[in-house]
Amino acid sequence: MARFVMEFERPLVELEEKLAELKRLDIAATPDLADEIAGLETEIEKLRETLYSALSPWEKVQVSRHPGRPKTQDYVETLFEDVVELHGDRSFGDDEAIMTALATLDGRRCMVIGHRKGKNTKENIKRNFGSPHPEGFRKARRAMKLAEKFGLPIVTLIDTQGAFPGLEAEQRGQAWAIAENLATLAALRTPIVVVGIGEGGSGGALAIGFGDHLIMLENAYYSVITPEACASIIFKDATRAPEAAPCLAMTADDLLRLGIADEIVPEPRGGAHREPATVFASVARVVSEALRQLTEMPLDELVEERYRRLGAIGVYNEQ
Amino acid sequence: MPIYDWFKAREGRNYTTTSASAPGELPDGVWVKCPSCKHTLYKGDLDRVGDVCPHCGHHFDIDAPRRIALLVDEGTFEETEAGLTSVDPLRFNAAKPYTESLAKAREASGLPEGIITGRALICGHPVVLGVMDFRFIAGSMGSALGEKVARAFRLAGHERRAVVILTRSGGARMQEGMLSLMQMAKTAAEAERLARARLPYISVLANPTMGGVTASFATLADVIFAEPGALIGFAGQRVIEQTIRQSLPKNFRSAEYFEECGMVDAVVPRSELRERIGVVLDYLAGSSVADATESVARGIAAEGGDR
Repeated sequence: MARFVMEFERPLVELEEKLAELKRLDIAATPDLADEIAGLETEIEKLRETLYSALSPWEKVQVSRHPGRPKTQDYVETLFEDVVELHGDRSFGDDEAIMTALATLDGRRCMVIGHRKGKNTKENIKRNFGSPHPEGFRKARRAMKLAEKFGLPIVTLIDTQGAFPGLEAEQRGQAWAIAENLATLAALRTPIVVVGIGEGGSGGALAIGFGDHLIMLENAYYSVITPEACASIIFKDATRAPEAAPCLAMTADDLLRLGIADEIVPEPRGGAHREPATVFASVARVVSEALRQLTEMPLDELVEERYRRLGAIGVYNEQ
Repeated sequence: MPIYDWFKAREGRNYTTTSASAPGELPDGVWVKCPSCKHTLYKGDLDRVGDVCPHCGHHFDIDAPRRIALLVDEGTFEETEAGLTSVDPLRFNAAKPYTESLAKAREASGLPEGIITGRALICGHPVVLGVMDFRFIAGSMGSALGEKVARAFRLAGHERRAVVILTRSGGARMQEGMLSLMQMAKTAAEAERLARARLPYISVLANPTMGGVTASFATLADVIFAEPGALIGFAGQRVIEQTIRQSLPKNFRSAEYFEECGMVDAVVPRSELRERIGVVLDYLAGSSVADATESVARGIAAEGGDR
């Protein structure tokens, strides 16, 4: 399978290909070659360092969308044990763009709710590329209420470009379903840990995307609007997304600075897809720790604190 | 309109040929053409009926101050949080600086922010009223607007008032990035707190109500009214067309469409809105069950925030 190359990686990939070509040559026949290979290897290492050490917001968006990036399903399968998936919203259908499951992390029983993108085209069609319809949000809400009823803490995994913008989604009350979830999450009497693992697209992300502790992967984004949609509004040109991305304060660093995210999980150089196992281990550790702390809090205090934190978000002038 | 009100309104009818109070988005002048049925209308008459075309019922756009005048018992509106305004926290500057958009919006609307909130009486019921103005950066919700909505809910909680909010918005204000998105959660949280305090909340979805406003406080009301012909929804029209690669049916996502879908309680003409709200509040604000507030806000602090 051909390797997926992100736009900004191209110069590096060219060098890597050249190196591979050189290595195929007969070194014995051309003595200079060894030096050239060594030189190229140093150059590649340098380029890797500069390329990946300070990704721009738009580059991070590309990393967050990398097809090999670990998805909700991977996290659930790797981090959790005794997984019992729950299906359906009890009203319309089962939206596979959202996964809800009873699952155990580090011996702690929880409810997991996540946007579920597919690994390939076939899966993505079934899962609508992780973009939920109202029944997906209602399925999530059902899981939230269930968790509250039986005292299970909630772990949500955010990875969506947004709520699906379609005719039937609107007809069935996309906005209503999202709003209901926001109201439910705000007052839910159980701890909620949110992990931004990839894309955090607007209201569709927020509908399962806030709680008591927000963890962002280094290259995950969370935004009021996708950079493409923003560019198509302000520049009337979606291809100018790279210019829009830095304006939206959507990276993990931005969220931490704005007091919206609580911590950042570093990714291996180049992105989570390079070494998923490292990322799984880090996420398991921080989620576990957050759950441990939150489950010690009395519920009244927990919800009060959630309200206080939400109420404090925003910058305005007051006379 | 009761006949007494009609006579009263008639007294104030203005026959001068200049526009005294330039109402909203209507062009200045004595005569106005209805964009829907093309009838030429005398503006004095239009003012008197809340800017609704007497021939086809087309609801003209009107601004927030005028809407407030049409909704509340005369002389009862008392504005709150008028000094709470937007700043430019992200130094947003793509295509044009956010500060410029804000300055323009203030100039065009004469308002400090995209929503006016305050205490008022509606048909004798004490309410906290919020009315959005589309001229202010398309009524978009940033930090200041979200905070004003949140405080309106909290004020109602403190003073045991009902909340009435009329929405007109393109959605979240992208110039404030994630701070804007989080206002959806903040306002929804306060709507939920009001609900747990068993205080009534009525929303009126006017043209247009879209995106992050529809997907937060606007649709969390106990009773949802919509103004005739209002466009309501989540995603933008063009985004949907591009996604599903077909053009959308006429009237898709109009107030009437959503009434049919079961998403709003009723489409209410502007002329009847005040009284309909009054009647609903007669039912909801006068709780006859003694312990209705007993289980209030289990787990959420009964008091509002610390501001």
